[in-house]
Amino acid sequence: MLRSRLTQAASAAQRAFSTSPKVLAVKQMTVRDGLNSALDDELARDDRVFLLGEEVAQYDGAYKVSRGLWKKYGDKRIIDTPITEMGFAGIAVGAAMAGLRPICEFMTFNFSMQAIDHVINSAAKTFYMSAGAVNVPIVFRGPNGASAGVAAQHSQCFAAWYAHCPGLKVVSPYDTEDARGLLKSAIRDPDPVVVLENELLYGTAFPVDDSVADVDFLIPIGKAKIMRPGKDITIVAHSKAVETALLSAAELAKKGIEAEIINLRSIRPLDMETIFNSVRKTHHLITVENGWPQHGVGAEICARFMEDQAFFELDAPVWRCCGVDVPMPYTKSLELNALPREHDVTAAALKVLGSKAGKK
Amino acid sequence: MLDYKLHKLEMGPDTLVALTEREAALYYRQLVAIRRLEAAAAQLYREQLVRGFCHLYTGQEACAVGLCAALRPQDNLIAGYRIHGWAYLMGVTAAAVLAELTGRASGCAQGKGGSMHMYAPNFYGGNGIVGAQISLGTGIALANKYRKNGAVCFALYGDGAANQGQIFECYNMAQLWKLPIVFVCENNNYGMGTSAWRASSNTNYYTRGDYLPGVWVDGQDVLAVRSATRFAIEHAQQRGPLVLELCTYRYAGHSMSDPGTSYRTREEVQQVRQRQDAIERFRKICLEMSLLTQTQLLGIERTVRDEMELAIKAARTDVELPLSHLCNDVYAGSYAQLQLRGVLGHNLEHARSRTESCHE
Repeated sequence: MLRSRLTQAASAAQRAFSTSPKVLAVKQMTVRDGLNSALDDELARDDRVFLLGEEVAQYDGAYKVSRGLWKKYGDKRIIDTPITEMGFAGIAVGAAMAGLRPICEFMTFNFSMQAIDHVINSAAKTFYMSAGAVNVPIVFRGPNGASAGVAAQHSQCFAAWYAHCPGLKVVSPYDTEDARGLLKSAIRDPDPVVVLENELLYGTAFPVDDSVADVDFLIPIGKAKIMRPGKDITIVAHSKAVETALLSAAELAKKGIEAEIINLRSIRPLDMETIFNSVRKTHHLITVENGWPQHGVGAEICARFMEDQAFFELDAPVWRCCGVDVPMPYTKSLELNALPREHDVTAAALKVLGSKAGKK
Repeated sequence: MLDYKLHKLEMGPDTLVALTEREAALYYRQLVAIRRLEAAAAQLYREQLVRGFCHLYTGQEACAVGLCAALRPQDNLIAGYRIHGWAYLMGVTAAAVLAELTGRASGCAQGKGGSMHMYAPNFYGGNGIVGAQISLGTGIALANKYRKNGAVCFALYGDGAANQGQIFECYNMAQLWKLPIVFVCENNNYGMGTSAWRASSNTNYYTRGDYLPGVWVDGQDVLAVRSATRFAIEHAQQRGPLVLELCTYRYAGHSMSDPGTSYRTREEVQQVRQRQDAIERFRKICLEMSLLTQTQLLGIERTVRDEMELAIKAARTDVELPLSHLCNDVYAGSYAQLQLRGVLGHNLEHARSRTESCHE
């Protein structure tokens, strides 16, 4: 139920800003199919690429992201592992050190905590420790962030955790285009890349144009995307929070406020240039994320402004909309209030704009 | 006659072995070289030219020399943190080992890795995280099988690491997937200051793989280790993984900061040195079998001394990397903003220092 309501919200968000008949006519594709086709393309393109993780083969993936791939590529390329994250993450890193291109699926990123030593100490640091002799071309991927009704141990965003570490690249796709283009880039990248997918968005269909289906459709890691142009305030978000930001932008538009929505796409490297340029136009900024506030993605963006000439472009302090600073409750009504919603983002925008709201 | 203990095996390694004059000279040279290399490391440490960690291999030389004597060119190896001798036998020159210890540019990782992070072709390094190398080695073995290159991976660990959970995870997956790997437990009787019997409920490490076959080997005997390694290579290729326990002893403390006397007695160390010393035992064999004369042995020792003296000199006098290398080799591929953050801002140019031996 919840998922279908969220799907509706996503399409409402799309309607709110995609009004031209040309856009409405394009093909729809779910995030899941975007990821699945990206895996399929890259497995076909490079025989060093293989997928391993729990339930990725015969079960077709716990979230069906790898559906059909085992039948197509067989046991060698699509490997079911026992429930043993530390072991199989280390095995994947070792295979990458030896020149293969593993895609290591965590059933959810919550379970990557069992294996985080291999992500940080084995994957991220080896190229530097070997002074450029041994690189680690690996992808760690899986669902990240809060799901619905699964309580604290299964509802957490790891963007800030992994983005903290030099040597890793971290991407956080929002829609189908992001998911497909970023995953394909991640698989072709010679460095370890953490791909943080969003469980709640797997089933959501987004419009995609023909270029997205191209076998060489790649989204550069480290580039953000302006989802909706606007002149009054910049709202930066990643993953599912982009949807919240877009919904809020529609609300703000009714009040005569044109918000510019930036979808980060990459958390590390962070495309500050796009954000700085936007703020040079809007002079106001808020960040939206579902992760915790302390040392989070929004906190980093604030800090970057403090250190840059772009600081002087701000007409008001930057405001963050983050997940509430608590472990995720199971209780439905509490859970709903633990993450930023569009009215929170709207309230933050109005607060930051102050008396200028709607007067331009 | 060599002595072995077997676990889940009908037949063990050959107990009668041949040794040529050329092999005898080579092994004697390698044994003496590792001992001299570690003496040089200790000397440089005392001169305060080696910083941080420095774990000496003195006493365990026969394990490395015997094992490497049986390796074929395609086989690969990954080890823990006590690796100076292994790096040397895998092709890193004494000068490059010692210069790595002193952190100089001619070190095998240009001085950026230090004591535990040395790499060479088919040598995937030491590892500073106790036990992590087992999972990585299992991944290297997976790559061997994936590529059908006929190589066997040797993953080394100590009696201390033998209790890490990920080892058992890897025993399981290696056996399930019949990976060409040999798990080598160098049992030197102490994990730091904790004796094997205080850390392990079962100190018969060759049986700890449960369903995995295992061989107990006298690790102070070069020829026993060589014979067991040959057996292991054949077994790993034909039937799958197995465990080798090399029973050995470390003369020095755990690291240079450990006198090694609070958890064991001086008499114990003295007894092993007098009765079980690997070099003395091998020298005796060479003389008794009339493979090498006293003069030849002395000649070898002189050559090694000269080699090490030159290496020490280079390690003392070589320069450290220029400051620009601080931010080199964090990434193998492009990093969207090529500037990394320095202490005060995003002002460091990221670059690669070399292009060879990367998997791109």
